[in-house]
Amino acid sequence: MSGSAFHRFANPSRFLRLASKVLPWLAAATAIGFAVGLYFGLVASPLDYQQGETVRIMYIHVPSAWIAMFAYGWVGLASAAALIWRHPLADVAAEAASPVGATFTFVALVSGSLWGRPMWGTYWAWDARLTSFLLLFFLYLGHLALLNAFDDRQRGRRAAAILAVVGMIDLPIIKFAVDWWNTLHQPASVLKMGGPSIDPSMLRPLLIMALACQCYFFLVTFMRMRTLLLEARQRTLLYRQNTARPRNTATMTTGGAGR
Amino acid sequence: MSEYFAMGGYAAFIWPSYGVAAVLLVVLFMLSARRLQAAERALPKSSDGDKDAAEDE
Repeated sequence: MSGSAFHRFANPSRFLRLASKVLPWLAAATAIGFAVGLYFGLVASPLDYQQGETVRIMYIHVPSAWIAMFAYGWVGLASAAALIWRHPLADVAAEAASPVGATFTFVALVSGSLWGRPMWGTYWAWDARLTSFLLLFFLYLGHLALLNAFDDRQRGRRAAAILAVVGMIDLPIIKFAVDWWNTLHQPASVLKMGGPSIDPSMLRPLLIMALACQCYFFLVTFMRMRTLLLEARQRTLLYRQNTARPRNTATMTTGGAGR
Repeated sequence: MSEYFAMGGYAAFIWPSYGVAAVLLVVLFMLSARRLQAAERALPKSSDGDKDAAEDE
């Protein structure tokens, strides 16, 4: 079904081996990234001339929001690959990343709310950016709920994948909400035409924290992918043991890409 | 020192932002690590993805 080159390149066994080599490095990069990022963010960066100390919330709020969206793109694209090519690694990639993305989405919502209270005078407003971002959180929750809603694992993954792909429409809406509508939320100051309009002393902790969050995402996602693959292998082994008596070809073929 | 933790009067907003993030990210990492360990322990050594690469190829 899938192209044989692609299949060989991204086969589960190869991923398992690769992941066990990469994970320690990702763990180290995540730890160092957060240590350095927090030092710059919470200690060695200036106050904002309008916002004072509250600008420090930016260094956790903005990276969380970025990774929340990146993670949803990952889940959506992996789900599309799973629907089109039925590649076993694609389903696993989507399922593993979803809780990580949901966590970052929640962190972005909470930290944004705690930033909004002193700066806007309210914890929450139903403006386009905040509402579309809240929708992202519900998309994650729906995705996770669908994954676990069926006794038949494959059916759950299919339903979740369809939701994930359709939900990708929310990503450009979040990104451009601040341009398309009048929002309480400020427009972009880093990822925009003409380059960042933010002082290097504040851009530095922001980007280091973003890098740390990105490393964390890959670390935990790869750990969870490895877990899902090992668990699937364990199920296959048990299934083979239980059906091993007349050892015919039918039991031999249950190992690979599922049904 | 206590002046630092006061965060110019915004301590009640800044520290919980980082606190929520830290707690959730650490908990998610620990749950994921524990489940990975359990999965690694449940499988016999030979099928840990190092030996049976031939199976999928």
